[in-house]
Order: sequence, then C-alpha cells, then structure tokens
Amino acid sequence: MSVAVHQWPSIADIAAQVADGSVTARENVEKALQLIAETNEEYNCIIATTEKRALNRADSIDADIADGKPAGKLAGVPFIAKDNYLAFGAETTAGSNILKGFTAPYQSTVIERLEAEGAICVAKANLDAFAHGGSTENSDFGVTKNPHDISRVPGGSSGGSAAAMALGLTPFTLGSDTGGSIRQPASFCGVVGFKPSYGRTSRSGVVAMASSTDVMGPLTSTIADSELVMSVIAGDDPLDSTTMTSEFTVQEQATLKGKTVGVIKEYFASGLDAGVRTQVEEAIDRMKAAGATIKEVSLPTLDAALAVYYIVVPAELSSNLARHDGQRFEFSAKDASSLEESYTKTRSHGFGAEAKRRIMIGTHVLSSGYYDAYYRKAQLVRAKIIKEFAEAFESVDMLVGPVAPTTAFKIGENEDPLSMYLQDVMTVGVSLAGLPAISLPCGMSSSLPVGLQVIGKYGDDAGVLAFSRACEELEGAA
Amino acid sequence: MAKLTKDQVLKLAALSRLQLTEDEVVQFQDELSSILEYVEQLESVDVTGLKPATQVGGLQDVMRPDEVVSYQAQPEELRKVPPQSEGNYIKVGRMIG
Repeated sequence: MSVAVHQWPSIADIAAQVADGSVTARENVEKALQLIAETNEEYNCIIATTEKRALNRADSIDADIADGKPAGKLAGVPFIAKDNYLAFGAETTAGSNILKGFTAPYQSTVIERLEAEGAICVAKANLDAFAHGGSTENSDFGVTKNPHDISRVPGGSSGGSAAAMALGLTPFTLGSDTGGSIRQPASFCGVVGFKPSYGRTSRSGVVAMASSTDVMGPLTSTIADSELVMSVIAGDDPLDSTTMTSEFTVQEQATLKGKTVGVIKEYFASGLDAGVRTQVEEAIDRMKAAGATIKEVSLPTLDAALAVYYIVVPAELSSNLARHDGQRFEFSAKDASSLEESYTKTRSHGFGAEAKRRIMIGTHVLSSGYYDAYYRKAQLVRAKIIKEFAEAFESVDMLVGPVAPTTAFKIGENEDPLSMYLQDVMTVGVSLAGLPAISLPCGMSSSLPVGLQVIGKYGDDAGVLAFSRACEELEGAA
Repeated sequence: MAKLTKDQVLKLAALSRLQLTEDEVVQFQDELSSILEYVEQLESVDVTGLKPATQVGGLQDVMRPDEVVSYQAQPEELRKVPPQSEGNYIKVGRMIG
C-alpha cells in the first residue's frame, strides 16, 4: 500500500522531461519544497532545506538546457540527502547538537557526482545522531514518524530518508549503511533501500561512523531508479582510498530462471515475527514458481555477528568521534579554563546518551588489557563470518532472508540500548563482510511493510540489483 | 565478567573526555555492563586457523606522487569551520603548561 503524497515519474523520465523542456528543473524543485513544507510538521523527515541554493541550481540548469547545452543523466531531479552528507546550502549536523553551526566547506563525493549529472539536493534528512541507532529516536532534532503509522518509528538510522521516500517528497533520497541503516528503515517504510558493497561508493565527505563498514547508497521506489542513481555515484574516488576500481555496470537481463537462491536458516529462528516470516516465505515461494532453485543455507557464525559488530563499530566510532573536541568545529564550551576542560565540557554537553555509551564501549574494548579479549577476538570472528559467506556463495547465486525481525515498532518501545541493538541482528553480518544487499518491499503484515533482504557476493552490486528487479516484477504481480 | 564498578565507569569517562553526572554514572554502569556481557558470547567461538580480518575487499596499498593538487575546499572556507582562526591559522587553547 502506498502512503505517498505525490507520485513522481521514474527518475529517467523526469530527467528526460527536463532535458526536452516539457517540465523545468525549477518546477520539480518547487514541488519537492512544497511537499516538504506540507508534511514536515506531521512526520519530521527533514532537518533543513537547501531552498535558496536548490532554486538557483534549478534556474541555472534550466538556462543551460534553453541554451542547447547537453543535459545530465539526472537533469533537474530533486533529492534529499541524509544529514550526515556534507552538502552546501544548509548546516550539516549529523543529527547531533555537537555539530550545530557547522557549514560544510566542501561537499561529499556522492553529492558532487549527482550534481555533475544535474541532480539537485533540496533538503537534509533526519537521522539518529551520528547514525547511531535504528529508529531516529536518538536524533537531537526529534523522532521521525513512520508514514504508515505515525505512532511508530521509521527505522534508522536513515529514518528521515526512508520516510521521505515513502511519502514521495523527492524521486530518491540518500542514506548511509554501517550495520543496516539503509536496509532496516527501507523495510519499515516500504521502499527500496540499497546498501552497496563496501568501497563501491565513496565515503569522502560523509560524517564517519565506523570506517570499515560505512557505505553510501540510495533509497528509491523502484530498482530501476536505484540502478540509475548507482550508475552515477559508484566508482573509484582518490579521496577515499578504500573505493574499489572495478566498474559498476547495470545488467539489462533480469531473470530468476536458473538461479540458485540460498535461504539463510539462522534468520528464520525463533524471535522472527510471524507476519514477517509469512511475507518473506511467500516471496521465496514466488521466486521458486518463477524458476529459481531454493536451498537452505546455514551460516552458523552469523549468530555471533551482532556481538562482533558491537565491539568493532564502537571501537572505530570512538576513534572517529575524538575529533569533536571543541577546537575544530563551531560548537565549543565557552567557559573552559583549560584545553582539557574545553574537550570534556564540549563533549559532555554536545554528545547525546547513545554516542556517550558507544564512545565508552569503544574506549573499553581498545584499552590495554582488554584489546585481545574484545577487539582482536571480534576481528577473528569477523574473519570467520566473511569465510562462511564466501563458502555459501560457492553454491548459491544470492542469499535471501528478512531484513529485520519485526515490522516498525512503536516510538519508545525499545528504550533499553541492548534491545535496540538486537534490531540489527539480520543486517550487521552483511556489513561486517562488506557485501552488497538490498531491502525490497515484499508485502504487508498488519498494515505495516515487510522487507525482503537479498544479499550478493562481494562486488556483485549489479547482480543483486538485477536479481531484485526480477523479484520486483513478481511482487508487482503478487 | 562481573558488572563494571563505578570507578571503572569513571575511568572510561575520563579516557573518553566525558564528564558524567551522578545519574549518568549509575545508568551507564548498568547499560555498559549488559552490552559487555552480551558481547562476551564471542569467547566460545572457535577461531582456530583464522587471522583477524583487517579489511573486506582485498585492497592493496597504492602509492601516489607527493604533489599539491587543488581541491574544492578553499582555505577561506576551511578557516570558517573552527571556532577561532586568525589569517590562515586555526587557533586552539594553550597546550603546553
């Protein structure tokens, strides 16, 4: 069921309309800004708009097209970026008070690439502060409401981006995924959310969470839209030395016939909501009917993935967040009498409870005497998870399962930090192994969307998308 | 592992450059202990013959010439980011006593 307040044409059609002059870039940007203004009080998807700059860019794109200059692949297509992407035209807060007053001096590579093809960033979406969380409840700018039920969370951390996409505020939005932060909110909001292979998209200019798993990706309403955005943002970047050099090329052919699909046994254990189970199992039955071979696959160490994740990620983010010391960014304690006091006061006032928790966990697991027991052991178990995935892909083309154990939960339902972490249980293993994965809407349970997770081997981003396009056609027919 | 003591939480806070209120100390003592207890399940995972994962993509170090290249961030924009600057310098508090 669609909850969209506006139906945009496909991204390719919008760009074609702008290129032939039948619709202007300005009209698209004005429409997006109007939709944001009409919905933000109720849903709180957006932290700030970049209105002035967006309209100026639209006018300049329209003028270039009127002059007969070539139009980009995304000419005049408005989009919303999660507020951890550095972008011109508004502050970049990452959802945290500690970045208040920070105006980015440069833009993220992903946004630069989109702009080079004529896309226009119109707003910055809400998120859990520093992308720490699965509900947007950790945002210092208030929770975002799920468009399917405003008493529920949109998921997170890219909750603002997913809710904005479900409402149809722009033709696509941008998210970031460290342990499920694109896939889980896409699942909760009923949109397509693609997490590329680690290194497929550049991390440059996005506020770092955990450097070894952070990946940037799009949220869209269709796979074809996701493929088009990926074809623009993917690729090697000299500003991110972990980007991969292999090409991303959209696969035209999409079929399930002859594919071997592995169903991850561990994801169907107890704890999986019955409604989610039914929808995912029915989606798998449809794949089988369409000619795919289905087999059960066991990855026993996946059960330990969450424990690995909550060692590795706090370790990395506690190091990344050391830069917020009151000296480098605008937010700074004014009443400190020494440098040390400035660090401590700035951080104590600026960080929220979740960032403090994670920084202290990270500090603990890296501290002398505990490093071997926690961090080194976690990296060893991580190696085992990577190995199990690689072995599974020797006999299957894709792995499938649910995205999250439940549908969208109620605001305030998971106040205990550990119960919130358990929401990530089906997404973090994939992140630790750096694999490409998608959340694809596969039905509703009690009027709430359910997502199907499709996981591919490392680097097979285009394969995951093509496979998902074939599934999407089945979902349309279901 | 036993529950973190109050002193351990205060030591972690100090290392993290965080000053906690008394309520926060109590709250974090419980919450951090339950998270650490959860992750201790890794103790029982057999990792014989494995090496710690340091990356996922099989990337190798690459060299580049040490040359100055122009970039989109200009000095005049960069110096607006910190709370204090003077000319093209960033000002910070006194570090050496």
